[in-house]
Amino acid sequence: MTNKAEIYTSLGLTDDEYKLIIGNLNREPNDLELAMFSVMWSEHCSYKSSRIHLKRLPTQGENVLVGPGENAGVIDVGDNLAIALRIESHNHPSAIEPTQGAATGAGGILRDIFTMGARPIALMDPLYVGPLNHPRHRWHLEGIVRGISNYGNSVGVPTVGGEIHFDSCYSGNPLVNVACVGVLEKDKLVLGQASGIGNRAILLGSTTGRDGIGGVSVLASASFDTDSSDTEKLPSVQVGDPYEEKRLIEACLELIEKGLAVGIQDLGGAGLTCATSETAARADLGMDVDISKVHLRETDMTPIEIMTSESQERMLAIVTEDNMDEVLKIAKKWEITASVIGIVTAPIDSVGYLRIFNGYENEPIAVTPAKSLADEAPLYDRPKSEPKVQEVMFPSELNFGISNEQNNVSDQAEKSTGKNSNLNIDIKSDLFNMLLKPEWIFKQYDHQLFLNTIVSPGNGAAVLRLAAPGIKKTDKAISLTTDGNPKWCAVNPYYGTYLTTVEALTNIAITGSVPQAIINCLNFGSPENPEVMWQFSQSIDGLKAACEDFMVPVVGGNVSFYNSTDNIDIDPTPVIGAIGLHPNISKIIKISDELLDDNKEFEFYVVNGPDILLQDKAFSLSGSIWATQLHGYNGGILPTIDTEQTKNFLKNIAEIVRNPDLGIVQIEDIGQGGLLLALAEMLIRFNELKSSKQQLLSDPQKIDESSTKLKLDGILGVRLIETLSINSLFSELPGRAIVQVTKENSQSFEDTLKLNSVRYYPLGSSKPDKIIINNEANVDVKEMIEHFRNSLSGYMS
Amino acid sequence: MPKTVGIVVFPGTNCEFDVAEAVEKVGGKYKFIFHSQTDLTDVDSIVIAGGFAHGDYLRPGAIARFSPIMEAVEEFAQSQKTVVGICNGFQVLTEAGLLPGALQKNAGLTFLCQSAVLNVTSTNTPFTSKLKLNSKVKLYINHFSGNYTCNDQTLNELKKNDRIILTYENNPNGSTENIAGICNENRNIIGLMPHPERAISDFLDSRDGLNFFNSLIQ
Repeated sequence: MTNKAEIYTSLGLTDDEYKLIIGNLNREPNDLELAMFSVMWSEHCSYKSSRIHLKRLPTQGENVLVGPGENAGVIDVGDNLAIALRIESHNHPSAIEPTQGAATGAGGILRDIFTMGARPIALMDPLYVGPLNHPRHRWHLEGIVRGISNYGNSVGVPTVGGEIHFDSCYSGNPLVNVACVGVLEKDKLVLGQASGIGNRAILLGSTTGRDGIGGVSVLASASFDTDSSDTEKLPSVQVGDPYEEKRLIEACLELIEKGLAVGIQDLGGAGLTCATSETAARADLGMDVDISKVHLRETDMTPIEIMTSESQERMLAIVTEDNMDEVLKIAKKWEITASVIGIVTAPIDSVGYLRIFNGYENEPIAVTPAKSLADEAPLYDRPKSEPKVQEVMFPSELNFGISNEQNNVSDQAEKSTGKNSNLNIDIKSDLFNMLLKPEWIFKQYDHQLFLNTIVSPGNGAAVLRLAAPGIKKTDKAISLTTDGNPKWCAVNPYYGTYLTTVEALTNIAITGSVPQAIINCLNFGSPENPEVMWQFSQSIDGLKAACEDFMVPVVGGNVSFYNSTDNIDIDPTPVIGAIGLHPNISKIIKISDELLDDNKEFEFYVVNGPDILLQDKAFSLSGSIWATQLHGYNGGILPTIDTEQTKNFLKNIAEIVRNPDLGIVQIEDIGQGGLLLALAEMLIRFNELKSSKQQLLSDPQKIDESSTKLKLDGILGVRLIETLSINSLFSELPGRAIVQVTKENSQSFEDTLKLNSVRYYPLGSSKPDKIIINNEANVDVKEMIEHFRNSLSGYMS
Repeated sequence: MPKTVGIVVFPGTNCEFDVAEAVEKVGGKYKFIFHSQTDLTDVDSIVIAGGFAHGDYLRPGAIARFSPIMEAVEEFAQSQKTVVGICNGFQVLTEAGLLPGALQKNAGLTFLCQSAVLNVTSTNTPFTSKLKLNSKVKLYINHFSGNYTCNDQTLNELKKNDRIILTYENNPNGSTENIAGICNENRNIIGLMPHPERAISDFLDSRDGLNFFNSLIQ
């Protein structure tokens, strides 16, 4: 018994969980059964600490075909087409071996998508790493990006966006989240079910080896220490092969296209144990599995190793006996190894059993109800307690977002702007410190394959034509975004998550798309820490509130706990993914050549939110980059949105940006970094486009694209309306956008907004070369662009 | 009668659908030809599309050259029909010895997916005949190994015989003499690293790739 106790403890099971297993089996489990339970009941596979909270999320919607719980969520987008989408984390493997960790993250999520019968058409990669002034963090970022690049490019799925955040809380535990979207014809939808007694289970793809054994229980369900244990965990990291996956995609899509698969499921965390028990459990049936039929990479593998290996690039297809030959033929064409390893069995006394054999002629070596493994892990309502945030108070001039006291409006606005302020704030230097050019990352990703990418990475939400190989082309488009703001969530996980969701929906709506669904990747610290559980529970409630307010369903999610180093948990980092549907690709905003003419004049507006000239407490700096990363102020009360106004804004803005007669040149959401950063990014984008246009027309041998120096005639700048406060310039109040409009159309733009009761405020007018702020601070746009160009590549190359 | 372009698909090829779309867009027809096939009788020209043939194991193109299709492609080219290799296809053609030189890793040792301004330096090939000589076009590159290299003798021959068809305006990858595309002595085998099929509409921010395919289906 002591011996058993040692075994189950080392496998990560508690005494109570062990008793529960005995209750399920009506006897003591043998070692193989114990190993199978330990991986299936791990945090990673069972969501045992999060499930009771996740149940609160709204998952219903007219367009929802498949909600959370399957391999991916599926929504109906009309024209007999559907979209499968999912997001996952691969944080822990990436902390130890960034390249393989990130690569296998991409591989895993792709399988979740094509297992539904969908052709994967896009990946998105939100990344969170430590500050780049430390070589280990540069090693993390370089490796993660290389992993995504190697795998995604080679497997032939474009990586169309993501985001990058730097913060010291990710120093030992970077976050690598990955979202994937696929397109399918609605009637080709396949679920991960082993239905049909007597049907065969065919294992397709890579050999099963000793890599990734116990990955879910060893890695993803425990924290890191900075002593040498990271390298000890190295054997738990899987190694990916994108070429195997590419052939697996083509083979699986072909057999689904031909209607040969009754059900299909990928092998991810917990490997064969998970795939066999989950498919059987979903169909309320059982399965007999013969591990002697599994094609192995190594000799002398034990049954435990075979059943828990997390070797990549494997799928389990459920096939009728009649179709077996055809399936094996398709596998052969794509050079995919296929083994018939199991058979679907009838329930006994209405219990479907998973029975593992080592040769059917022998006695089974493990027998357990499939549902016990797949669905009956204990659910924990772990203790929660509200943490005390260490507040570092804001100076009184900026404090009105914190104390709830309305300060004297006009005086304060005058005082807190520009260099003359007694705060001695250098607006230009603060802006420059926030600029980040992500190109070093996304130019390593093939972001164009399939010719769908209309709005490419680095420009807010990605916009893709709704089309895929083998599926008819449409005039519709989809918009995709992933957003996170851990600094907001550290201040207030409930409202921080709410605001993050608003930001994601805004990003979708301003591309002209109507939001359709939300996916979420919830990255948190240790669930055994009551403060983390409180953050988690609050975050779920914030997401629920936002989804209900804005009427968007959650169709999938992922929880990653135990993100901490040396017992310091990361800031709560819920990453919110959103997808929107655009009715007509010809109405997507593109900056046309004639707009780049030097003589063109433009007006800039802020749309939605309170008047930017007022010191409204909505413009709190709490949780902003400006406050937390540049000036060290923590805590406070987050900026607050007007829900009704924002609903109206989100409802109308998509249609407004699709109207070609309003002279809209570009639109940018106000989010992290605030208004000034959003404006700066618009000017950079416009001027860069102008520069590349001039280059195409210029003489050869004059340009050096790799240089950080900008060569451009006629640089666009802006004179901003006076008097904008520091709060107005740097508050991150979301649900707002800056719109650049041609001067000649500005009146009809304003009229349209009025007609739709959408609030707007003039922000400034085009002027050459500079951003002029309150007649005091000037930002030289050329200098800004040169700084921007060097912002990330300066560290990384 | 529209011309039919045979698009070669190895396991690991991924640009075949995009090339097909470009061919259709200019009014041509296409046919996918899997690498195990050897019959090329019903196509007028061949495009070896980009991607990662056989996973780029060993070196890009190193295994693809042994696929059954390659012998047929060589015979096809010997009859003076057009063979175009785009990106990975160019790598396959150099590995197969159908074009001289080699494509090394990019000088910066990272993958590069970005726009590239190219100078059209020869229109005397079936893939560039509809382009304007010495004009500039905007295409996209998407490769890890696009750094063209060859010995001095080859370089002299390429130059002397007008066999360099495209050069980079700003060399992104360290290519010898900014070379982005070349042809063989008979001018019917063409290899280029940029992807003209990615520049075929306004929403892809360039239509400059269309004339390559217009040339091809002539």
